[in-house]
Amino acid sequence: MIEVKNIYKSFDEKEVLTDVSALFEKGQTNLIIGQSGSGKTVLLKSIVGLHEIDQGDILYDNKSFPNMNQKQRKALRKEIGMLFQGSALFDSASVEENVRFPLDMFTDMSLSERRDRANFCLKRVNLENVNNLYPSEISGGMQKRVAIARAIALNPKYLFCDEPNSGLDPKTAIVIDELIFEITKEYDMTTIINTHDMNSVMGIGEKIIFIYQGKKFWEGTKDEIFHAQNETLENFIFASKLFKQIRQSNK
Amino acid sequence: MRTFYHIGRYSIFIKKVFGRPEKHGVFFKQVVKEIDNLGIDSLGIVAIISVFMGAVITLQTAYNIEMPLIPKYTVGVAARDSILLEFSSTIVSLILAGKVGSNIASEIGTMRVTEQIDALEIMGINPAGYLVLPKVVASVFINPFLVLISMGIGITGGWLAGSVTGEVPSSEFIYGIQYAFTPFYIAYSIIKVIVFAFIISSVSAYWGYYTSGGALEVGKASTKAVVSSSIQILLFNLLLTQLLLA
Repeated sequence: MIEVKNIYKSFDEKEVLTDVSALFEKGQTNLIIGQSGSGKTVLLKSIVGLHEIDQGDILYDNKSFPNMNQKQRKALRKEIGMLFQGSALFDSASVEENVRFPLDMFTDMSLSERRDRANFCLKRVNLENVNNLYPSEISGGMQKRVAIARAIALNPKYLFCDEPNSGLDPKTAIVIDELIFEITKEYDMTTIINTHDMNSVMGIGEKIIFIYQGKKFWEGTKDEIFHAQNETLENFIFASKLFKQIRQSNK
Repeated sequence: MRTFYHIGRYSIFIKKVFGRPEKHGVFFKQVVKEIDNLGIDSLGIVAIISVFMGAVITLQTAYNIEMPLIPKYTVGVAARDSILLEFSSTIVSLILAGKVGSNIASEIGTMRVTEQIDALEIMGINPAGYLVLPKVVASVFINPFLVLISMGIGITGGWLAGSVTGEVPSSEFIYGIQYAFTPFYIAYSIIKVIVFAFIISSVSAYWGYYTSGGALEVGKASTKAVVSSSIQILLFNLLLTQLLLA
């Protein structure tokens, strides 16, 4: 479980996050949604510690992240897996080396054990016979799956995904969403996903937080979002004709 | 004010770079890879530049001291001292600042803008230490060898040019390069190169590490890396010459 309490974050005196509080449950896919530039990536990067917050607190299973020393943070980070918007795979390393990387750095496993674990993770994300290929030689969807395999290599307790579907076709996007959902349940992880893809919201949004202009505007489930009486949220959700039609047919 | 900002941020960066490596085995492999990437791969350009510069120095010296009172072997002395004292250490380092410096800045800058450095940080790895320290260690280790090779090739180039054109007879040139030889000149050059190697690798990595934006910014970081490391090489050249030869 991760809890953020009244966090504020500014860049060059421009306030990007204002008094944001939220609870992200264990074993659930928690979604942060909002328009581009609303502050959701800053929120996600603040939670993982890539940005230091100005005020407030971030609790990982009741342990305050901002108050941790470097050693404690380092230990916590071994329990975190993250899927970046552009996959962030190491260009100079093969698929297998990318997945093996956290194992090479943080475990005392033998090379064959590390290879077995990397192959297990790649198989789990439905990738086989790509071990020796380089990130530039595989598709965007496959890169995302390799990044998921790398993220779960050390059996993390927390999984963060920043726009996991960006740049993917709708079919591949659903595959990635389902994979994240299945892995969350399988490993009983606290998963936080940043997205503005409404298909993801409808597909895997067990808990949804809507960020607007750096503030938390709404929170609820995917079943509640259709009936939310909030104009700003409605304008965001029903921006596409498809979702407008769905709302009409529901009415 | 901007200069002080960069000096301060560079100092913090260097502190991060010299953090303890996560795994010594991985670090050692990285160093070997970087020796190949930054050092061995530069051997060709160093050899080409050295042979031509050695030849030109010899011929220019020969054309400028065409006087019966000055013996021909002084061309060898002048060429040797120019190559040992200045050319092989400073000019080769400036060339390496262009080749290796832009390579380091663009590699690390691309990793920054594609969030690969963030990925390392999330995993609990010190990205500055993991990415930059092997490059610094490799450069400081391999560049002195490159310069020693450059000295040999430069002098050979001078001997060839002098002999082929007939401006300096082979025996005169060989006598000249042995005449009043000061071994300290080699030590002086090696000390300079070690300092220059540190500047090239760390300053270039600094510009790459703090890149933000996209491909355009990576290009700008690469240019800044070459310009600022070249200027610092020139500044430290002056400083070290004063300290070591005065």
